[in-house]
Amino acid sequence: MRESRIGAWIAMIIGTLYFLLPLIATFEFSLRLKRGEYSFEAYRVVFSDPRFRDSFSYSVTQALATIAVGLIIVVPTAYWVRLRAPQLRPLIEFITLLPLVIPAIVIVFGYLRIFNSSSLIPLTDTSLGTDALLMFGYVTLALPYLYRAIDTGLQAIDVRTLTESAESLGANTFTILAHVILPNIRAAVLSGAFLTFAIVIGEFTFAALLNRPAFGPYLQLIGANRAYEPSALAIMAFLVTWACMGLMQLFGRGVRMPATDTR
Amino acid sequence: MSFLTLSGLVKRFGSTTVVHGFDLAVERGEFISLLGPSGCGKTTVLRMIAGFETPSAGHIIIDGADITRKRPAERNVGMVFQAYALFPNMNVADNIAFGMKIANMPQAAIEARVTEMLALIKLPDLAKRYPYQLSGGQQQRVALARALAVKPQVLLLDEPLSALDAKIRVSLREEIRALQQELGITTIFVTHDQEEALSMSDRVVVMNDGRAEQIGTPHMIYNHPKTRFVASFVGTLNMLEAQVEDPANGIITLAGHRVRVASGLDRLPPSASCMVALRPEALAINPAEPAANALPCTIVDVQFLGAIVRIKARCGDHILSVDTFNQTGAPAWSRGDAIALHFNSDEIVVLA
Ligand SMILES: Nc1ncnc2c1ncn2[C@@H]1O[C@H](COP(=O)(O)OP(=O)(O)O)[C@@H](O)[C@H]1O
Ligand SMILES: [Mg+2]
Repeated sequence: MRESRIGAWIAMIIGTLYFLLPLIATFEFSLRLKRGEYSFEAYRVVFSDPRFRDSFSYSVTQALATIAVGLIIVVPTAYWVRLRAPQLRPLIEFITLLPLVIPAIVIVFGYLRIFNSSSLIPLTDTSLGTDALLMFGYVTLALPYLYRAIDTGLQAIDVRTLTESAESLGANTFTILAHVILPNIRAAVLSGAFLTFAIVIGEFTFAALLNRPAFGPYLQLIGANRAYEPSALAIMAFLVTWACMGLMQLFGRGVRMPATDTR
Repeated sequence: MSFLTLSGLVKRFGSTTVVHGFDLAVERGEFISLLGPSGCGKTTVLRMIAGFETPSAGHIIIDGADITRKRPAERNVGMVFQAYALFPNMNVADNIAFGMKIANMPQAAIEARVTEMLALIKLPDLAKRYPYQLSGGQQQRVALARALAVKPQVLLLDEPLSALDAKIRVSLREEIRALQQELGITTIFVTHDQEEALSMSDRVVVMNDGRAEQIGTPHMIYNHPKTRFVASFVGTLNMLEAQVEDPANGIITLAGHRVRVASGLDRLPPSASCMVALRPEALAINPAEPAANALPCTIVDVQFLGAIVRIKARCGDHILSVDTFNQTGAPAWSRGDAIALHFNSDEIVVLA
């Protein structure tokens, strides 16, 4: 008994150190821009760099657009599959998992082949078209997470009976999705959205190969040319990701589940 | 012409036929139960009326209009499910108001109707509660109010009481029936519980394997079951094999004894076998006034059930169940007693 408990403690301490030490070291390093004293100078430099603000807001915009488009595609699809074609679920799930299996670089080369300037849909001809292409790429990347989150949310409610009650009260499909289904999978939608946000903010491959001014390539650029600022950026990116996780937890807990007792 | 007519409804799922040529004519304001064992197609019939399933053949007519091909949202039919199915994100008032909002009723009219419905289901103070804050019985009442708020032409209930405790089940079924009579709404109620069906309905449809075996008042269904299936499904029955002796005079032989029956023998030839049914409560043990028929029996078991004493008695190869009221002054029967079971000739039912 005692020994196994000691073993567990040791394992936990090692795990925590493995996780925390690099973080602490990075943070400590990010404070050493000024020789001989700790300061937030590196953070000040980063914040005052217009390329930081531009790339960060570009990525935030991309993330929000990705979330919107992703939800518009995934929510009705997952709903329809659960309601009318449950036998297709394994297939849809497999398709949504493909982006995890196919390397990002392969996907982006595929996109460039299909949507280049000499193709039928020359999205890369204009800057807005390329932005859209990047956004659709992000939707693909987010698909596994978004679909899983939404599908799990749908699993927790009785999609079929809720739909049929609403239908017999005269509701059309749009009303049912907007007023009956979505509000009841809010937690799932939010957790999918925050995951998507975290993925898009840090993404490098797509943005770099499509040559877009996103946050990921900016991180790489700074990392290659500066010493202390990259550490500050890493800490900030980490905080953004953790804020997303925290919000997921927060909203995830607020959901109400239908009562199942028989009194 | 009846208010709701189902004619020749057929439903096939792939190659299996689940409902075979179902016919039913329901009068305006009538309460009809579909009663049958699990899997006999009750829900499927109900879902076709609601529009969730499309019939493979046949027609559904409400108040003269053929709605067979209409979508659920275009029909004016209310539905209550076993699983309550309240919208978890809306409070009680919003749940009840849902259908009226979709129908674009003015806000003031909606509020008035919600208040009226809450009073009707006797939950006037729960408007702001959410479904998860309600008991199962309360949720089902709200579901009922939600379905009724839009004044549907027909109300459909699919085993609405099955998920509830026994006590709530009985009180809620009385409430549903009272509400239905007050509003005069045409209602179809699906259940596998014969007591529910018999106690609530104007007429009962006993279903078996996708067909209506018998349609009739609870009294007719219980006392004059037409088929063996109906007899065995509705109540506890003694089902006995007998031989026809003299069909013209209504005489059969039961375990070697001549028994007089009032009707049902006209179609049968002499010496044919037939199935007869006797209700446990139709039999009297050694009564002061002898009835038309008497069977000598030996008691093999006595079960004391409180108000009722259930006795099992052997007559030849047959075991008969007999229910008698518990009476303080009456003799206490015990195993091995020789008795005579008396019954009138109209108590014995010859089954098709
Ligand atoms: N969507 C469906 N696909 C295939 N078979 C079904 C479907 N719905 C019901 N059935 C079958 O039809 C039969 C009748 O079902 P149902 O109407 O639900 O019976 P009940 O309500 O009387 O218990 C059952 O054997 C059931 O398995
Ligand atoms: Mg059923």
